[in-house]
Amino acid sequence: MIAKELKRGIITENPILILALGLCPALAVSTSVKNGLGMGLASMFVLACSNVIISIIKAWIPEKVRIPCYIVIIATFVSILQLLIKAYTPALDSQLGIFIPLIVVNCMILGRAEAYASKNNPVHALIDGFVMGLGFTVALLILSGIREFLGSNKLLDLLVIPGFQPMTAFILAPGGFFVIALVMGVINYAQRKKGA
Amino acid sequence: MESITSIIQISIAAVLIQNFVLARFLGLCPFFGVSKKLSSATGMGMAVVFVMTVASMITWWIDTALLMALNVEYLRTIVFILVIASLVQLLEMIMQKITPALYESLGIFLPLITTNCAILGVAILNAGVNNFTGNPFTFVESTINGIASGIGFTLALVLMAGLRERLELADVPKSLDGLPIAFITAGLMALAFLGFSGLSFFAG
Repeated sequence: MIAKELKRGIITENPILILALGLCPALAVSTSVKNGLGMGLASMFVLACSNVIISIIKAWIPEKVRIPCYIVIIATFVSILQLLIKAYTPALDSQLGIFIPLIVVNCMILGRAEAYASKNNPVHALIDGFVMGLGFTVALLILSGIREFLGSNKLLDLLVIPGFQPMTAFILAPGGFFVIALVMGVINYAQRKKGA
Repeated sequence: MESITSIIQISIAAVLIQNFVLARFLGLCPFFGVSKKLSSATGMGMAVVFVMTVASMITWWIDTALLMALNVEYLRTIVFILVIASLVQLLEMIMQKITPALYESLGIFLPLITTNCAILGVAILNAGVNNFTGNPFTFVESTINGIASGIGFTLALVLMAGLRERLELADVPKSLDGLPIAFITAGLMALAFLGFSGLSFFAG
């Protein structure tokens, strides 16, 4: 069951590459593997925590005001996370900048709250939060790996190919769009091959 | 005079150099979701300019008069998102009552705006430091920043919608059809907008 869930989060329902949710942070922070990993884990933490809480209190939330309730719960965990990151990893804090508070409006998190946590029990919601967060992190690692390699010829700050001239455009805004387009194109191609 | 230069700098930076969509990656969901038709792109753009301006003004007051005065800046994220969500609801009701015509054209876009990260983004940026003066944003500056960021968003959205309407007729490789080709188009636009960084005042 765990393997099936993992496959669902990382491959068949990958939040970024298949469902196209949470694109803003995905493109904005995938300039280096370190930032991508930091953002991925941060989002996973918020997603898992908010999923569990929403699933526990779902019976008491009135139908009409559920979205504001979800947003407040998510924003609470984001604030906790923001303080933690500021205190323990100030370098990551300055790198990710406003994208830490903006985890609140990451549509992936609200989407999972609405589509999954509000209908399932806390244990399943926790697992869902983990696998979806993992899928988000994996997608960020793929994007940031390609961008860091092409844009600065480095991976995790280590030089990859000596003498390779990096293309700076890839760590700037245009590169983000190009890389995600190509990754999605490759996935589409693979799916069509499989289907045919 | 000082303030006028600062206003011009903020506007040019927010519309062209640091364009919300193409340079800062904010508000991508509506950017790709609503850019299929030119008419809906214009409507969405107008709604965003409107909400962004009002949100900038209100969050600035709340930030200065309430959060900073009480020394609880860490509540910013929660307070801002609540303010924006209730503001959007309020605007929807007011518009429905006062200007039904405007509501007809913008109404359907308003609920989508709550989760548009560009709105929360501009509120958080306004709570930070103004890059040009090195001081916190003043009320006028943050209002201008709100308007200009909204215009920048609209500009990118409308350009994108125009391009995508033409792409409908183009012969796109099957694997790139849909979202991937839209990303490539956005990438090319971002490349063009990168040219505006030559206008940068940050050094001065």
